[in-house]
Amino acid sequence: MKRSLFPRAVTAVVLLFFYLPILVLVVNSFNASRFGSGWQGFTLTWYARLIHEPEIWRAARNTLIIAVSATLVSVALGTAAAFALHRFMGSRLQRLHYTLVATPLVVPEILVGISLLMFFVAAGVGLGLFSIFLAHVTFCISYVAMVVLGRLQDFDFSVIEAARDLGAGWWQTARRVLLPMLFPGIVAGGLLAFTLSIDDFVITFFVAGPGSTTLPIRIYSMIKHGSPPLINALSAILLVITFTAVLLSQRLSRVKNQPL
Amino acid sequence: MGRETRLKIQEWLATLPSLFWLAVFFLIPTLMVFAIAFRPADPYGGIGPGWTLDTIRSLADAHYLAIAWRTFWISGLTTLICLCLAVPTAYTIARASARWRTTLLMMVIVPFWTSFLVRIFAWKTLLHPEGLIKRVLVVLGLAGPQTQLLYNSGAVVLVTVYTFLPFAILPIYAAADKFDFRLLEAARDLGATSLRAFLKIFLPGIRRALVTAFLVVFIPALGSYVIPDLVGGPSSEMLGNKIAQRVFVDRNLPHASALSVVLILAVLAPLTAVLFLQGKKGRPELFIREGE
Repeated sequence: MKRSLFPRAVTAVVLLFFYLPILVLVVNSFNASRFGSGWQGFTLTWYARLIHEPEIWRAARNTLIIAVSATLVSVALGTAAAFALHRFMGSRLQRLHYTLVATPLVVPEILVGISLLMFFVAAGVGLGLFSIFLAHVTFCISYVAMVVLGRLQDFDFSVIEAARDLGAGWWQTARRVLLPMLFPGIVAGGLLAFTLSIDDFVITFFVAGPGSTTLPIRIYSMIKHGSPPLINALSAILLVITFTAVLLSQRLSRVKNQPL
Repeated sequence: MGRETRLKIQEWLATLPSLFWLAVFFLIPTLMVFAIAFRPADPYGGIGPGWTLDTIRSLADAHYLAIAWRTFWISGLTTLICLCLAVPTAYTIARASARWRTTLLMMVIVPFWTSFLVRIFAWKTLLHPEGLIKRVLVVLGLAGPQTQLLYNSGAVVLVTVYTFLPFAILPIYAAADKFDFRLLEAARDLGATSLRAFLKIFLPGIRRALVTAFLVVFIPALGSYVIPDLVGGPSSEMLGNKIAQRVFVDRNLPHASALSVVLILAVLAPLTAVLFLQGKKGRPELFIREGE
């Protein structure tokens, strides 16, 4: 049967639409022209200038501190949540628990941001790295829980029963049986949490205070008032990091998915 | 200690940390937004004593109605375009050979992992008066030297589509992947045209995924704030921009809360509509699960 070319044509256009802006941005980061109007020769000036911007380094440091700490805490909380949701599925407590875990995923970021701001103001929590950390853990828990829950769907709990029957204690079972089997899911959830935390702008912007500028906030103010070629160079570096991370995680998950 | 009790304790131990965290940092803050909408503002950017309905009343203003209507149509149009592009793309990926399928899927997922602000900035460069698209359009005679591509509602729709399209493609692809394409061939053999088979067999077959795609684009689009802020102009302000303005410029938290309540209700409307329509068939799959 002859298939219509139309869907394939749309797909080609969509992929071009996805990659054209990114491509132009990377090319422009090597363009000597200040406003990217036409090609005026190859340069590495913008990258060199970037190295001498202390504000960017400080923002990158803040971003990493928050991302690492928020990932660790949200992975612990999210994994426990996923375990409970799956193991005790159907109980009244878990139905309430599921609603509470799933709802943040469908609430627009700006609402999460503003409600946390109100909460921090009312509770007297100072706005800064700590409030950003609390906010990031809050939205990361749901994502980690959903990813780990996805892995748990094909988890055979009789293995746990077997371990217990063979005399393993509660802690030993969790550490030696449950965690290794959940590990790929936990890594995937953690990676997602880390990426979301590094990239988050809206929620962070609402709960940030003086001195707690993160990289996205810095990029935002550069887009508003800064010099375009510097953002191009910074963006290109971020793109390379993202692409490498995605490729690496794909490799890892492919290896991990192989039957033992 | 009986097995029942032990299981109950185990359940509470595993549930309590996330339940507590989300109750404190998600549930209570959301309820506070509703409460603060009924409190007066104090002149120092805080919340004054007592209760008032004035803030809620002030929302029935032509200016706000215009913004609410614009938020609705920009989100609606964005969702429609996303669905129109996502269905053929997901169909192509699902029908591609195994090798191509992985590559195409990766190509859809990678932009979703790149920085949100970087993607908006990339479009800002392209649509800039000196940018590539403008110059191509001028050469083709489709735009005059004075045509402004940035800072209008069109630019907002374009960049919002760009941001949310992968979210629409992924659930539709997941459904198309499970779809039995022999049904389309059968329909053709029985005399239906390609288009008719597509509309009558394929689209109903992936109905649930279409609803999911609609929700994952429409709901975040309603809460857009950064995109209209960076590529939109004063005439393309959305509800999110007004909320941010009340917080950062006017320091009027009760007013920001009242607007947020409107946004929460706007988000709940399509969500409850879908839950109601699909009521007996279980909960809709709202989430794109990684690694499935």
